[in-house]
Amino acid sequence: MRAVPFVLALVVVACAIFGVGRAIGSSYAFFLGYVVVQYIVLGTAWNILGGYTGYVNFGVTAFFAIGAYSTVALYKLVPAMPLPVMVLIGGAMAALVGLGTGYLTLRLRGVFFSIATLALAVVVQTLITNWDFVGGARGAYVLRPKLAPLIGGEYVQYLFVVMLGLCVIVLATARAIERSSLGYGFAAIRDDEAAAEAAGVPTLRLKLIATTLSGGFMGMAGAPLPYYVTYLDPTSGFNLNYAVNAIAMPLIGGTSSWLGPVIGAVLVGGLQEVLRVTISSAANVLVAGVLMVAFVILAPQGIVGLFKRRPK
Amino acid sequence: MSALLTVEGVGKRFGGFVALEGIDLEVKQGERIGLIGPNGSGKSTLVNCICGTLRNETGKVRFAGETLDGLAAHERTRRGLARSFQLPRPFGSLTLVENVRIPILYTVNARKAGPGHTHVPHDAIDARCRDLLGEVGLSAKADRQPRDLTQIEMRKLELARAMAAEPKLLIADEVMAGLSHAEVDEIIALLIRLNGQGITVIMIEHIMRAVMEVSQRLAVLVAGRKIADGDPREVVRNPEVVRAYLGE
Repeated sequence: MRAVPFVLALVVVACAIFGVGRAIGSSYAFFLGYVVVQYIVLGTAWNILGGYTGYVNFGVTAFFAIGAYSTVALYKLVPAMPLPVMVLIGGAMAALVGLGTGYLTLRLRGVFFSIATLALAVVVQTLITNWDFVGGARGAYVLRPKLAPLIGGEYVQYLFVVMLGLCVIVLATARAIERSSLGYGFAAIRDDEAAAEAAGVPTLRLKLIATTLSGGFMGMAGAPLPYYVTYLDPTSGFNLNYAVNAIAMPLIGGTSSWLGPVIGAVLVGGLQEVLRVTISSAANVLVAGVLMVAFVILAPQGIVGLFKRRPK
Repeated sequence: MSALLTVEGVGKRFGGFVALEGIDLEVKQGERIGLIGPNGSGKSTLVNCICGTLRNETGKVRFAGETLDGLAAHERTRRGLARSFQLPRPFGSLTLVENVRIPILYTVNARKAGPGHTHVPHDAIDARCRDLLGEVGLSAKADRQPRDLTQIEMRKLELARAMAAEPKLLIADEVMAGLSHAEVDEIIALLIRLNGQGITVIMIEHIMRAVMEVSQRLAVLVAGRKIADGDPREVVRNPEVVRAYLGE
């Protein structure tokens, strides 16, 4: 499928999903849908760096929270700003941090890069906790408007639509990368960086593109969060769940294709929600953890890998 | 004929170990040069310094009239320097065709198109990759992954990937090690054919039959120094070279 029909198909699917949500008519369906779609965005964003170029980022929460807290700051400064603009700004901030982090840390390889990103998450959390304007350790309240602009109905429907739109953009980008020379360059870096250089791949530049895109999309995924939770404090904004899920979902679904994070997010996100409702709210991390371990051992190519036939 | 590659006083240390010291080497346009030396004599280190995989601490490398110092490896590849790795380093998750595709996308098509250089059109890349694999005898496995290859086939893949970058200078780092007699002949013929197309060749090799057959000139490294450089038949009779290989 070419790029344009693919994007159209995504839009159609997104509209259909929204239509089904409207038909169900329960706000819980939208709250649940938002979480799953948010994880598709987050997982795909992680996969652009972690899956395609092989640099494992443990600092997901740093980028995600930068998006969320940029919305809190904008809400205090310009309360009337439309949400999509906030998403763009939050994404831009996180992308800048991604670029900077990339520049400082990409000379590190393998596990050393991962440790550096873990440190980044701690640094950003400390900064936010001590930044009074966005609520500091106390947290900040963001008042959710009662009604959704443009589409009518509850505001959570609007949040869901924004996240769906973002999801279409992120998936289209990820798939475009896979099929472009950028995707081949990323794969070469993942497989052997020195050989990639010798083949003419400008590895540093490509890695910076990956960290910037990945960080930016993570920030965008986090930007609507304050409106979703209405009260945001560092403990929830930097919750370990986001990092664990953003890594577990692509690994479970499969890191080699854009479809992997989608399958992982729907499966794990859905399962977690079922367990949260039926058993306990603490069970969801356990699910992601156990599934991740199982897949890494039994199916390292993820679910997508199970169905991919080896070329003859 | 003018010098394509000039290495002037290149030195490299790893901690206290002097890997290369004051290496001078001149390679003329269109030449076939053999580079030999015992294990650990610095041959691969020299290749790494020329190609930018390692940075030399002293000296200069000039290529096609340009100083290469400070340029990253990929920039040197784009200027026309291609190398194969002694220990094959394939892109493990890609098929052979895709392995060869990378240098076409990032080297051949990243160069400025113009007189003397044309891009490979998008729909012709696949066919070009298969041609290149055919030249080294890997057609049958074109859609397989490197893990399905033998060590010998991986060496051939290394060579195909270096050739795909359409280099002016090809550095073949022990591509023949472990090959059968007939396969060595194939690679010799391939190198001579490439040379006939105007590609300058530096060959690092332990198989003396191949070295003598391919090289028009022979340089010898021993313990990080160049001890001989000249006509292959004279160089192999040089008492210093004989001593380095056979001992006193």
